[in-house]
Amino acid sequence: MGLRVVQWGSLLALGVFSILVGSFDLAAGDLWNMAWFRLLGLVRSLAGSGVGAEEFSRLRALWEDQLEMKWEILMISRIPRLCSILVAGSSLAITGLIMQRITNNRFVSPTTAGTMEWCRFGVMIAILYFPDASPFWRVGAAFLVSLVGTSCFLGVIARVRHGNVILVPLIGMMLGGVVNAGATFYAYQYDIVQNMASWLQGSFALVIEGNYELLYAGIPLMILAYLYADLFTIAGMGRTAAVALGLNHAGIMRVGLVIVSIISSITIVEVGYLPFIGLIVPNIVSIFRGDAVRKILFDTAWLGAVLVLVCDVAGRMIIPPFEIPIGVILSVVGGVVFLSLILNKRSYA
Amino acid sequence: MIEVRGISKRYREELVLRDITTALPTGKMVAFIGGNGAGKSTMLNIICRLIEPTGGTVRVDGRELKEWPSRELARVLTILGQSLHTPARLTVEELVAFGRFPHSGGRLTEADRRKIREALDFTGIWDLRARFLDELSGGQRQMAYIAMAIAQDTRYIFLDEPLNNLDMSRAVRIMKLLGRLVREREKTIYIVIHDINFVSFYADYVVALRKGVLCRQGPAEEMIRPEVLRAVYDMDIAIEPYGGKQFCVYYE
Amino acid sequence: MPDLSGHERGRRFLPVFPTLCLLAAVLALVYLFQGITAETWDYSLHRRVPIVIALALVGTAVGVSSVVFQTITANYILTPSVMGLDNLYVFLQTLVLCLAGGSQLAVMHSPLYFMMSLLLMVFVSTGIFFYMFRGQNGGNVYFVVLVGMIFGVAFGGLSNFMQVLIDPSEFAVLEGRLFASFNRVNEELLLAAFLVILAALACLAFDLRNLDALTLGRSAAIALGVNYKWLVLRSLVIVALLSSASTVLVGPVTFLGILIVSIARALLPTYRHAALLPGAALVGMCSLTFGMLFTERWLNFSVPLSVIVNFAGGIYFIYLIMRIKRI
Repeated sequence: MGLRVVQWGSLLALGVFSILVGSFDLAAGDLWNMAWFRLLGLVRSLAGSGVGAEEFSRLRALWEDQLEMKWEILMISRIPRLCSILVAGSSLAITGLIMQRITNNRFVSPTTAGTMEWCRFGVMIAILYFPDASPFWRVGAAFLVSLVGTSCFLGVIARVRHGNVILVPLIGMMLGGVVNAGATFYAYQYDIVQNMASWLQGSFALVIEGNYELLYAGIPLMILAYLYADLFTIAGMGRTAAVALGLNHAGIMRVGLVIVSIISSITIVEVGYLPFIGLIVPNIVSIFRGDAVRKILFDTAWLGAVLVLVCDVAGRMIIPPFEIPIGVILSVVGGVVFLSLILNKRSYA
Repeated sequence: MIEVRGISKRYREELVLRDITTALPTGKMVAFIGGNGAGKSTMLNIICRLIEPTGGTVRVDGRELKEWPSRELARVLTILGQSLHTPARLTVEELVAFGRFPHSGGRLTEADRRKIREALDFTGIWDLRARFLDELSGGQRQMAYIAMAIAQDTRYIFLDEPLNNLDMSRAVRIMKLLGRLVREREKTIYIVIHDINFVSFYADYVVALRKGVLCRQGPAEEMIRPEVLRAVYDMDIAIEPYGGKQFCVYYE
Repeated sequence: MPDLSGHERGRRFLPVFPTLCLLAAVLALVYLFQGITAETWDYSLHRRVPIVIALALVGTAVGVSSVVFQTITANYILTPSVMGLDNLYVFLQTLVLCLAGGSQLAVMHSPLYFMMSLLLMVFVSTGIFFYMFRGQNGGNVYFVVLVGMIFGVAFGGLSNFMQVLIDPSEFAVLEGRLFASFNRVNEELLLAAFLVILAALACLAFDLRNLDALTLGRSAAIALGVNYKWLVLRSLVIVALLSSASTVLVGPVTFLGILIVSIARALLPTYRHAALLPGAALVGMCSLTFGMLFTERWLNFSVPLSVIVNFAGGIYFIYLIMRIKRI
């Protein structure tokens, strides 16, 4: 129980802190004043305007002076940004967990299986052929393409099962590179390389109210993942084990794939390419908490959210008023962490 | 003459060899025996400068390993490692020709060609000389590498478990060949072998290691005895005479 | 006793060399003079001559460094760029730029700065290599490749990171322009790169036979009297120099080396570096010039050559790693 308290507490503290950081300065006092003003307003509307009139008028003056603008910033930009970070971070971490379980390979994730690249390819197709389509349809296209692509990847992997755990992510990354080159080729043909480049850099800088809400679709999917948790664990033991336990192995794989593809597609469309989260978070969690999916699902989601939040805040703080895209930070941090993981655990290789 | 003085080897925390001092005889087939992890291969690799010891020195013909120019030492001593693999597609003959590298630096003279022919002939793979290594069976490939060592024409030949993964007839053929090398060409062969019966039938001298320590060494007749083998392998091994040789029974 | 058959095999592919030379010359001439008119003569040649020279240099550097690297690692699917060496150089280049400050493009193209990056590259890359291959012969091949790819991603991220730090407002613009690519060959450093490559090749010329022996792997090479550590160190420094020179001219191209070497090995099935190295260099020149012709004239500049190389090379590489049985 103590662990959960620490986890929620740290997430809350980080979240509040992240709200304060940005090109427009918000102070902790501002937050307090806003909350107090809103609360007092609520109390007065219930209990009559006589309550705390003096305090209220002081706050009202503040509100009209600066606070209202800050409130707007908070509501339009900072809080949506925080929410999108939390949802994207945790759901991506969970996609990694699912993929690692159903392939029974610690080095598989949307980054190393090429799923992200397929998504990007899907978005590109959507933009090319349906330029006016809403984000919803782009997600749809990305989802379809990545589902097909990732299934192909799993098909290839099933053929080379004889081997080596390392071979699987290797083929995935190569395949991702090939898909990427193919996509770039098309992008050049239609002169949309600039757009491609912007999906290359994951960034939360452009998240404002009204353009990120699709990310919330990740939440029911995470719940679904929780319901399927034990089945994923069993599927990871292989087809034989799953069948022996009377389960539909192919069915479980399919559910896992669909969850992974949807979440990856939404993240690509809404915030761009965030590398390595699905890869390193489940690996770190597994060191401390083991591999039973149901038990570690929350820890994985938590660590994913914290990791993305910390990287995003760091990106905002290093060279203010400019921002370093989180994709850049993640590729460095994630790469280093992943390298140290595999170098320390040669026994996997 | 190969002398080993106080060599030890440490991998991380683990001491694989502890302070081994000995002189190895020449002109014989010398077998290194011991259980898994006893340090046989490590010792062989240290003597052949493939691994640096943590401490101690090795002298070959009175000269310390470090004082030998690598090329010069390669005309005196060679080793056949455990993993014989090259990604290149080489023919048997090309491989054997590499044995002359320490002598001619890759530019073959007529004398080199003669040595190569002899080596191919001696090992009985003359007919295979134009075949590619990856087309050969494991035993034939092993033979090709041995031919390379023969072409290198060194006084000392070290072999690290050359019988691994070979069937019985190939293993016997290789051991007979090595025996001929000792008798007909006065080579000294140092060999790591797991099968104690090959040691008993072919080796002249045995060095036994146990947990990184030199346990016993001596002529084969003195070493193939129940009490010695018990000390080396920690198990009871019965010994039956068989046509003038000792046959070890360790299956029960 | 009949004679040995072997050295015949060495002579059999001698005709390959004149053919390759001829092909390279023809391709270069076509590239230089195709579609040229009296009015555009000056302008076109002014643009095309440096490109042809750069392609020849890059083809040589990539071909030779890949062959040498494969020999050192005793593995025919590794190349310096697959191991992330190109990206490492881009990163170090950015690092030097970042430390030097100064106005960017001027610093970027000064030979002094090139030399500083080179020096750093030699130290860092040999350091990483020895760390990774310490102990046994490098262990698991797949593992090494994966680590290399991750290195590549991390170094790519790091250089992006530094570029943002250098000039955040211009990041998006700079990202494309700061570094060389096939569409933007770095002409200012042609001479410097040429000298570096020449020096590297000259050093390599003394080691051809030793490299031949290294083909047999570490322990066999030592048993044959090769001074393994020094040879590998020397060769690695050369590989680092060659990779840097090619990266500074046209930027990183991950799968170029694997394609060039595979073609060269198919044409010249030998272990002898005296034949393999010049062969790989020629194949590199031919394939790059052809690729450039293809993308510039047929596809009308619509796609950078590196995209095509990475597409084809990636597929081929997957085929290669799925084919190897031995780990």
